[in-house]
Amino acid sequence: MASLVARNIVKFIVLMFAVSVVTFVLVGISPIDPVQANVGQSAYASMSEDQRADLARYWGTGTPLFERYINWASAFIQGDMGTSLRFNAPVSEVLVNRSFNTLALMALAWVLSGIFGLAMGIVAGIKQGTLIDRIIKGYCFVLASTPTFWLALIVLMVFAVWLGWFPIGFSAPIGKSAADITIFDLLHHIILPALTLSVVGVANVALHTREKTIDIMESDYIRFAQARGMSRLQAARKHGLRNLALPAISLQFASISEIFGGSVLVEQVFSYPGLGQAAVNAGVGSDVALLVGITLVSAAIVFGGNLIANILYRVIDPRIKRRGDAL
Amino acid sequence: MDTQQHLSSVHTHEEAHHGHTHASVSHHAGGHHLLQVENLCVGFQMYETLPQQSSPAKGIACKEKQTKRFGFFSRTTTRQTMQWVIDHLSLSVHTGEILAVVGASGSGKTLLADAIMGLYDTNTCVEGVIYYDGVKQDASSLTALRGSEIAFVPQSVKSLDPLMKIGKQIGGDPARRAELFERYSLSTDVEGLYPFELSGGMARRVLLCTALMGNPRLIIADEPTPGLDLELAVQAMKDFRTFADEGKGVLLITHDIELALRVADRVAVFKDGTVVEETAVANFAAPHLLNHPFSRALWHALPEHDFSFEGEL
Repeated sequence: MASLVARNIVKFIVLMFAVSVVTFVLVGISPIDPVQANVGQSAYASMSEDQRADLARYWGTGTPLFERYINWASAFIQGDMGTSLRFNAPVSEVLVNRSFNTLALMALAWVLSGIFGLAMGIVAGIKQGTLIDRIIKGYCFVLASTPTFWLALIVLMVFAVWLGWFPIGFSAPIGKSAADITIFDLLHHIILPALTLSVVGVANVALHTREKTIDIMESDYIRFAQARGMSRLQAARKHGLRNLALPAISLQFASISEIFGGSVLVEQVFSYPGLGQAAVNAGVGSDVALLVGITLVSAAIVFGGNLIANILYRVIDPRIKRRGDAL
Repeated sequence: MDTQQHLSSVHTHEEAHHGHTHASVSHHAGGHHLLQVENLCVGFQMYETLPQQSSPAKGIACKEKQTKRFGFFSRTTTRQTMQWVIDHLSLSVHTGEILAVVGASGSGKTLLADAIMGLYDTNTCVEGVIYYDGVKQDASSLTALRGSEIAFVPQSVKSLDPLMKIGKQIGGDPARRAELFERYSLSTDVEGLYPFELSGGMARRVLLCTALMGNPRLIIADEPTPGLDLELAVQAMKDFRTFADEGKGVLLITHDIELALRVADRVAVFKDGTVVEETAVANFAAPHLLNHPFSRALWHALPEHDFSFEGEL
């Protein structure tokens, strides 16, 4: 058990190191000039050389990438994530502000897509080849081949613009002071982005669950259960669901990373102030400290998801539980 | 359902009826066979693209469908045709005997077991008549029989749910389970084990106990011995022998002719989806006692014989 914990801590540190290095390298080879990108073309053109040099120093464009990384890393180890030049605030502060929105959005989308995807996948798998299976499959294929941002735009047009049921963007009403914002305001604003995100996630979860269900329904133990007098449905209930639990867990936790990816697009379309939107701003503006902060947080969340899946496996699967350490 | 009256309830063992001969242990309890299968056909509906001459229509229960399909570039006619895997197969299991169905692997023997138990896929077409204990059966009555009157012994531990403890998986009355466990020398600890923790021999006995829970009168065993060492295989066969001697019947499906000749009372030779000869094991003593050329070829192929071929197969 102790070695297990140690191994996962080492894995986590290596992951964080690799992600931060890759992010720095990507920003380093990016053709964007942070000074021009953040100041704007016309302002840049009217600046004196001295002002430009000051700004270049502020953005650190003259400093070699390696040196910048070392500076950042030594500060990071001491608990300082640096300052976001774009937001002119400590990275940790931006992350805390933004994380709440994104985590709420992702959690809602994750739970919704998990429940509906699993249910649809099981029904389609057990009823393979029937009309209901074809409907579910068709729905999933259409959704799986739909770009997230496009679906988000359609949803925005229909429900926010034409029907006017939901606001067109942001996480709270415009012009309302923070103290007056109620939970209903927040819910009202989160529904459309969360729904869009979960609708896309559903297709993936449902199709994978369907395949697993079909595999299980064709297994020797389902056939034997039927040979013992159970109906197909009884066998599915008694033996199928139990065996579906393990792949379903992997699937659910693996889908965290996909939901994260989707949230970047959805937040952009709905102007939802979350991590995804901040990541786009940081990337476009070469705000390397913020970008690294966001990538580290998202990598940590995905790592956490996989870790939870592994732990659940050990709790649920007797083959791992009784044989001991297998992580 | 009509009760099938056997032509005569008394006949000598040398006498052939229903196209088969009897062994000394074969009994017609109640004046009929325990299981009688007549002209069983099992087929699947397949799509065929080339328009062909109409195939000989065997289907009574299955309609031949003809549909025109318009593709993007071509117009083809597809027709659902039947692919018959089991074709006019007849066999009978008497009380007190083990009937071995012997045929090559992958020749549709497992399908035969499924058909007798009423386990059909949606695209399967089954025809013919099955009597159990003198009563004509259909798919729903076979469903009611399986698990109680007719029990299935599968071939591997894979037939057990890998995530459920043995005791819970076998289910049923705990007293009956304990009785069977004692009879097959399984310790009570086995109830708390998962399938992956069983040895091959334990798994086989667990599968047998599972089959026997409902007190069946007919066991269908599908290749029960591969993967077992000789001692275990012999033990498995002894268990079937004991079961048959209690006045019950065993249908043993196997590809192993030697095993069949050693433990079975009668052998049904399975070839090309049908039983070409159903005869007492005693008739395998000499080739001239066998009627069908394929049975004689099997005789010659046995290791203690000459490996020679006689004529065309």
